[in-house]
Amino acid sequence: MARTMTEPEKNGGDIVYGDGGAIRSPLRMAWRKLKRHKLAMVGMWVLIFLHLFAIFAGFFAPYSELTTDRRRTNHSPTKVHFISPEGKLTRPFIYGHTRTDTLRNIYEEDTSQVYPIRFFVRGDKYKILWFETDLRLFGVDSPAKIYLLGADRYGRDIFSRLAYGGRRSLFIGIIGLVVSMSIGLVYGGISGYFGGWVDNLMMRVAEVIISIPSFYLLLALSAVLPPSLGSTERFIMITFILAFIGWAGLARVIRGMVLSIRQQDFVTAAEAVGCSQPRVIIRHILPNTMSYIIVNATLSIPGFILSEAGLSLIGVGIQHPDASWGNMLSEALNLTSLTRYPWLLVPGFVIFITVLSYSFFGDGIRDAFDPRAQT
Amino acid sequence: MFRYIVRRFLYIIPMLIGISSLSFFIMQLAPGDALTTMSLSPDISDEVLNAMRARFWLDQPPHMQYIKWVQQLLKGDMGHSFLWHAPVTWVISQRIFNSLLLTSVSTVFAWIIAIPIGIHSAVNQYSWSDKLLTFVAFIGVAIPTWFFGLLLLYFTVSRGWGFPVGGMTSIDFVDFTFWEKVADLGKHMFLPTLVLTTGSVAGLMRYMRSNLLDVLRQDFVTTARAKGLSNRVVIYKHAVRNAINPLITIFGYQLGSLLSGAALTEIVMNWPGIGSLMLNAVQGKDYYLVMGNLIIGSVMLILGNLVSDILLAVSDPRIRYE
Repeated sequence: MARTMTEPEKNGGDIVYGDGGAIRSPLRMAWRKLKRHKLAMVGMWVLIFLHLFAIFAGFFAPYSELTTDRRRTNHSPTKVHFISPEGKLTRPFIYGHTRTDTLRNIYEEDTSQVYPIRFFVRGDKYKILWFETDLRLFGVDSPAKIYLLGADRYGRDIFSRLAYGGRRSLFIGIIGLVVSMSIGLVYGGISGYFGGWVDNLMMRVAEVIISIPSFYLLLALSAVLPPSLGSTERFIMITFILAFIGWAGLARVIRGMVLSIRQQDFVTAAEAVGCSQPRVIIRHILPNTMSYIIVNATLSIPGFILSEAGLSLIGVGIQHPDASWGNMLSEALNLTSLTRYPWLLVPGFVIFITVLSYSFFGDGIRDAFDPRAQT
Repeated sequence: MFRYIVRRFLYIIPMLIGISSLSFFIMQLAPGDALTTMSLSPDISDEVLNAMRARFWLDQPPHMQYIKWVQQLLKGDMGHSFLWHAPVTWVISQRIFNSLLLTSVSTVFAWIIAIPIGIHSAVNQYSWSDKLLTFVAFIGVAIPTWFFGLLLLYFTVSRGWGFPVGGMTSIDFVDFTFWEKVADLGKHMFLPTLVLTTGSVAGLMRYMRSNLLDVLRQDFVTTARAKGLSNRVVIYKHAVRNAINPLITIFGYQLGSLLSGAALTEIVMNWPGIGSLMLNAVQGKDYYLVMGNLIIGSVMLILGNLVSDILLAVSDPRIRYE
């Protein structure tokens, strides 16, 4: 809500009129504008929720991402009931299931077995930050299992794997972006600052990378990774590959901005009053690229997420048994599995929701930082 | 203008040197070489392997391999595909038509659909149809093409929509008459084309809408209206022509990615194009095929860029290249 004040306001000795405009930093102003953008706020909350879900995967997921179950392959999503067999409203519970068709993996509820869903239960051990714990949000007593979103062909819980996979799929976007943004800033900054033949040479190198179809380059680079790579190393390498593809475009734009900002009056003024060159760059030129960088960052994260998902989907990104939203979908590439077990498509919806939220949020950020946009 | 075009063409040469050496370097980083998979086979003796190594210069240092490869490339030979046991140029030429057919048909459809929708949306800004279209476009941009493809596959099979899933032709394609062949191809193309078209319609429509909205706010539109021109003339003769201009850049980009842009969709929808070829090549460490694909894809991108720059200069008199 906009704060409107008609009377003068005391503020650190200065008398400020209006709504205290003098004390508002650009970031704070952008935040106020962003708060008014409803879709952007929806996107933001969805993203916060998804990231928390991924970070605390061990807590939210009833099982670990590697827990398999040979007797429950391709289990259909478990129905949660609230009405007891006697017709009374009770605490949520599930029925036990028996496999009636082992070939097609058809499971039927056995109403004689009732398993209430218990909250804050002890399950598989997992590590959160530096603590090891086995506290999980919910679960059912064995031998029953709860599959909120069904199971894959190894009997692994898709809901749990979504949470664990989010760690890779969501954070690969953010880390990849930070890396490529840093390279782009330094590279574009140097290129635009020095100009001349240095600029010429550096930009030609960047253009080589821009001119190669990015998906082909991704494929070729992922072929370089040896199959023996551990899961953490593989995650890091994929992130760096994505960053390697992404930095060149950013560098080119930042170089253009640095070039044009350098010629503006306030830079000349700063130099005229005797500012050192590093100070001019850090205090005067780079802050002017900040709003572009923030906007561009939010809008380019989905690209990273989609690239990872695409690579993992076709089997050259994150490898099984590690979960990632992309490689969870790869089972759906098999038409028989796809039509019999449509819950395999769930990770795709989650990717879609993530991308949509990022673009809502990014649009809001762009409007918030756009000085021409009306408030 | 002519000198500019010549210079741009000459500029492609150093770019290609950069692109080819980068891709060669990347393939050198990969563990093992193209014959590693073959060497595991008990059917192939060491003598044969060594002979092949010598024939394809795999026993020489990387820079010599690169030079030999470039020398061959200049003669129009892109090397040998170890997966297909055939020249790379032949393998690629088998697939290039399939990819181009799919992408060019979808691009044409996308423009035919997106431009009128964009115009309609901008002219009737904030009407219910505009709001609906903008909302649908937002979803269309956010949904990954391959996921949309998977969804379509699911509904096609489970609802029995009768479209073939995967492949490009039926098994008995050779026995068909000409028109049967066309119909068969059309049926197979339907799903992948729908996926690709939907993806680009959403993006194009949003561009067209925002461009036209920008133009409609400009002074010359007000002037045209003040002269008493009809709404139709103002919009179609004055505003739309100016609003389409910036889309030329997008057209150039689409032209450039005709070969490489649909790779994931091709793989997911099982279309025998360049994209699936590239995936197989990468998985099978088929170096020369990978390099060939990278080079051809890059040349297309560069040419698409060049064409869009030239078109921009031709259509917009304010742009001058010395």
